[in-house]
This record gives sequence, C-alpha cells and structure tokens, in this order.
Amino acid sequence: MALLEVRDLKVAFTTADGVVQAVRGLSFDVERGSTLAIVGESGSGKSVATQTIAGLTRGAKVTGTARFDGIDLIGADQEVLRGVRGDRIGMIFQDPLSSLHPYYSVGWQIVEMIRAHRDVSKAAAQQRAAELLTLVGIPRATSRIHDYPHQFSGGMRQRVMIAMAMALDPDLLIADEPTTALDVTVQAQVLDVMRSLQERFGTAIILITHDLGVVAEMADEVVVMYAGSVMERAPRRTLFYRNHHPYTEGLLASLPAHGGGGSRLTPIPGAPPSLIGLPPGCPFAPRCHYAFERCWGAKPPLDIVHDDPLHQSACWLPDDAQGRRANLAALTGEGATTSGTIASGTTASGTSVDGATRVGPAASAGVRP
Amino acid sequence: MRSEVLLRAQDVVKSFPVRSSGLRRTHDVVQAVAGVTLEVRRGETLGLVGETGCGKSTLARCLARLYDLTSGSVMFEDHDITTLSGREMRPLRQDIQMIFQDPYGSLNPRRRVGSIIGDPFVIHGIGSADERRRSVQELMERVGLNPEHYNRFPAEFSGGQRQRIGVARALALRPKLVICDEPVSALDVSIQAQIINLLIDLQDDFGLTYVFISHDLSVIRHVSDRIAVMHLGKIAELAPAEQLFNRTRHPYTRSLLSALPHADPDVADSRERIVLVGDLPTPTNPPSGCRFHTRCPKAREDCALIDPPLVPVLGDGSVHETACLHPLEVGEDLSLATPRVDDTEINTASHPDQEAESA
Repeated sequence: MALLEVRDLKVAFTTADGVVQAVRGLSFDVERGSTLAIVGESGSGKSVATQTIAGLTRGAKVTGTARFDGIDLIGADQEVLRGVRGDRIGMIFQDPLSSLHPYYSVGWQIVEMIRAHRDVSKAAAQQRAAELLTLVGIPRATSRIHDYPHQFSGGMRQRVMIAMAMALDPDLLIADEPTTALDVTVQAQVLDVMRSLQERFGTAIILITHDLGVVAEMADEVVVMYAGSVMERAPRRTLFYRNHHPYTEGLLASLPAHGGGGSRLTPIPGAPPSLIGLPPGCPFAPRCHYAFERCWGAKPPLDIVHDDPLHQSACWLPDDAQGRRANLAALTGEGATTSGTIASGTTASGTSVDGATRVGPAASAGVRP
Repeated sequence: MRSEVLLRAQDVVKSFPVRSSGLRRTHDVVQAVAGVTLEVRRGETLGLVGETGCGKSTLARCLARLYDLTSGSVMFEDHDITTLSGREMRPLRQDIQMIFQDPYGSLNPRRRVGSIIGDPFVIHGIGSADERRRSVQELMERVGLNPEHYNRFPAEFSGGQRQRIGVARALALRPKLVICDEPVSALDVSIQAQIINLLIDLQDDFGLTYVFISHDLSVIRHVSDRIAVMHLGKIAELAPAEQLFNRTRHPYTRSLLSALPHADPDVADSRERIVLVGDLPTPTNPPSGCRFHTRCPKAREDCALIDPPLVPVLGDGSVHETACLHPLEVGEDLSLATPRVDDTEINTASHPDQEAESA
C-alpha cells in the first residue's frame, strides 16, 4: 500500500465572481521513500491540492479521499489532523521568511514544534533542535539556535524550515516550491540537503514546482497539472523522453534549449484559462495545436498510454507519433505542417494565424469567454 | 559588423549609504557596483547574469542614468552622460529605455493601457492626439496585444500581456538601447517563451540593442551574444555566449553553471556538481582580494590578497576576459579542486550567514 493515496480530489472555492474550481479530480499515490513531483504553471491547482491534503484549506468545498497510511485526511477532524501535521507530515513553503515567526528565535520555534507533539523536556528538545540544524548544514548550530529568522539568509532560512519539518522524522515531506525564491547556487545546496535527508530517513517527498529542471533532478514520479486537472502522470524518464500529452510537450519545448543562440523559442500560445465556469472538454484545448472536435466536447479521462501501466495521460490523441501527425494534418487540411511549431500553428478554429504578431489576442479569444 | 560601441561604461562605482541599526548610528556604505568597465555594441544583446545582490540591477540603472554614479563614467554614443542633469538627459531618454521585471508593479493600475503606452509621446511632445492614438494601437498590435483593448486597465490583462504592455511602452520612442531587467522572471515558462520570442523579433525588426539581465542562465544563454557574469559588484567573466559555456574560465561561472538544473534526466544524473559552501558574502563588507575566494573551490593564498583584474586568459581572444588569478583550464574538473587557504582566514574574511542585501 502506498503511503499516501489520493483519489478524485476536488476542491472548489466560492468567491464573489463565482465558484473557482481549483482542483478538478486529482488522483495519485506517493510511495514510501520516493519523490513525487507535481509540476504546473501558476493557477494549476498544485499548491491548493497539497494544502487541502494537509487540511489547510478552510472554507473550501472538498470531495474525494486522501488516505495517508490508512487515515482519510479529507474530512478528518481537527484533532486527528493536528496529530498528523507536523508529526507525520512535514511541510515547507516557498517563502521561508513569512513561514517563520519573526519574534521568536529559530531554536524556540523548533523546540515548540517538538514539544507540541512529544513529551520531552525543554533541554532535550533544544538539543534535538541543534542536532537538526547541524543536520541541514547550518554551521555553529548550538549558538545559532538563539538567532532570529532575520539573522539568517534566504538559503539558511529554508534550511531552518527543513530542519523544523524534519524534526519529528515525518513519513512525508510536502515541499511547496522550496527553492523558487533562492539563487541557483543556494537552490543546489537546499536540494542537496533534501536529497540526503531522504536517503538517510527514507522520507517520502511531494515536491511542488514549476521548474522542470528541478523535476529532472529530484523526482521519481511526475504529475503534470493544468487548470486543476492532471494532464499526465509518469516516471521521470518517461515524462521527459516519451511524454504523451501536448501540454507536457509544449512545456518542454518552451524551455530555452542549450546552445539556442538567439533563435526563436516554441512557446505555448495563449494563457491558462480562468477556473471559474470552465467549459466542458479538455481545458488545454484552446492552446493545443493538436486539438480536434472531440477535445471540445468532452474532457478526456486520465488513461494508460504506450501500454505502460505507470504512464497515464488525459488526452484524446492516439498514442503514436504517426497517428498524431495524421491528426494534425487532417486539422490543417494539408500535410505541409511538417515543422509543426506551435507558434506558427493553428488556432482552435483551425484558421491559420500569423503566430508572431497575433498569438496573444487570437488565442486568448478562445480562452476568455 | 557588431563592433560599433553604443555605450561604454568605465570604472562605474555605485554605493549606497546604509544606516546600521542600534543606538550608535554608524554610516556604512554598500558598494553595489564596485568598478565595472564594459562596452555595449550596437545591435548586440549583452547578457548580465549573477545572484541576488550582485549588483546587476544597480549597474543597469547606472547605465540608464536612473542613478547618479558614485564614480566612473558612462558614454552613450558620443555623449558623456555621467553628469548630465535631468533636463539635459531628457532628449537621450528617447534612446535608452527599460523593461522591468514585475509587470504588476511597473504599470499604474489606475490608468488605461492606451495612455500608459502613449505617455512617452506626450512627455516628448510627439504627434497630435490622433497620431498618438494610432501609434499606440500600432505598437499594441506589434507586441501581440489587441488594439481594441486600448481603453482597458492593466488589471484586465494577464501577466504575459502586461509584460507586452511594458515592452510596447519601452519601444514607443524607437530607442536604440533597451535595458531589460529580468523581463521574464515573473512569468510562467510557456509565457516566458512568448515574451523572449517577441523581444528577439523586435530586435531584428527595429535593430535594437539589448542589455538583458537575468538570474536564469538558460534564458541568458539563449538570448545573448555576449555574457557578463557579475559577482558582488564586479564582473567575474565576460565572453561571447558559447565561449562562456564551452571554455569557462572563472570558477564562479563554472559553479553557477553546475548549479543550474537541467530539464533532462540524463544530463541531471551525469553532470559535474559543484555545491558552493556558504552564501554570498555581504557587499557591505566584501572579502579581501578576489571577492569569490571565500567560496571558491580553487582558492589559493594569493586570492585573499590580490583583487584580480578583468583580462583575457592566455589562449583566449581579447573578447574573453576573466578576473581570476587561477583560471580554469579548458576541461578542468572543478569538483576535484580543494581550496588551499588557511581555514581560519576564510572564516574571518566572510560572513556566510548574513544575507547579501540587494540594493
């Protein structure tokens, strides 16, 4: 049994503008000791989903299940959640400064966290705090536990957060964009710390990120989210080398290739849709240059592709590249789109546009009702 | 073809006073830019890359004369713009424009898009109201915005579209030099690529020269002809883009490159990994000698004493300059290097736990 089994998780918020469907049916498993990366752009629902699992989205309408070691966290009462959070599930967030209390020393905060869950003396907890800070690579930890968050740099603060999250040896660490606010050299250090802690304690990690580079470095399995839904789910290598979903393909294609030297990139046209009153059909269809009639009518289910039970994709397109090209050719009415770049592709309605100048409005017309 | 110098910065220094907290108020000085000499050539893209607080944005603002220099000089075409007053600078503002990082903070939320983009025309008294409106709509069309959205407010646009508004505003007066300060850092990857493409196209169409600032090496590599790597207010290495990546000389450049995550599992699993120890030292109290020596895997005794000049390494052409006493051999494995400096010296010279404040 997997450590965490999430099934058909749906999260909606009622706002003045209407109901925001932030997560629209999310299922995944996290195995003990492994790293699951959830990747997506802003507004894809990746943070909301994990916060909901940890019981941090009050006021949201939540359905589905999230079984953590047999306990369903959705709908569990606060008492149960308090016991699990911090103790068995540790969390770290993007901005370590606003996650730490500015008024208390970091040692105090770690000690409080330990003593909230364990019946230990203050001195013992303090010693544990110093051990933890050493473990995450903070020099002179025994004296630094008396320092306040503002006395640490961004990278060091994130180490403090990791130390706190790991204090009670949790089974699962949820890391929500843990390195997004950090410089690359510091990011490398923090990722290193996470990796070594995982090796040492066998902690499972859910890593939420928008950075495909970080995914390639850290993940065992990857879930790609878009507009609240899973587009594709696959082991790391499969996702990068044998991906199926046009959104995954588009994300990878839009990265600056090494040695590109001033050539044009291949962006995904348009912008992500509003999550209020999403039309039926595939949410990515308005930006997808493979989209055909079926994509607009019904939302494709997440289904096994390439005969690989570990690889699932939510797309109506045929599995193989050949069928895909045929599909694209049929759309444009000719076989001339061999280059198949998205920028010079077609809009949803099938009419050719000059991608360079009118990509924005042409595509957003399809997105914004 | 790309040899004509459009802008030349000579020994640019910019320092800011910092008032330290506490009862005794001593006035410290942060040298955000600590002596930078570089040229921007007409038609090129000069990439400026470095970590938080390395002074790249401050340097950019010095080049655009949004800041007064502490010392040094900036020549734009034939004009020495170092000490020009606001009034004297104004005609030159048409030629030097900026695009900023935050498409939310850099547009006035209470003004309509048409008037935001049209402002440069008004300020410089160009055209009648009708002509201005037409120009603005042409610009909007050119940067991929719907000209019919002329009367909308910034809040009605997505992040990517807002950045297009910023681009249109910068291009309104057909500048010669555009300084892009992290123009795509706040955007999602798929949108990032749209804006990069737009900037590349506009450069071709209008013959623009860019100074492109980013902390993202893969973006910098993609857009730049030449790249300057900044570290604590100084340029560590300056080279044509591919040369910087293939014949990296400065250990700092190499460690930046090695820290960059690759969106390719094969590369990620096999690449050289140099994890720098400690954080960026603070610019209020930079290390002696080479400012990188406290974190450098290759540091030697003399690195703590001598501040290396930015010069070509033997074997590199004059286009490739490195500020390092012990530059890397081509193909040298930096992860095998061990610093040969007394440990205590490293600890006293640096403040690894304090954050380098960005100016």
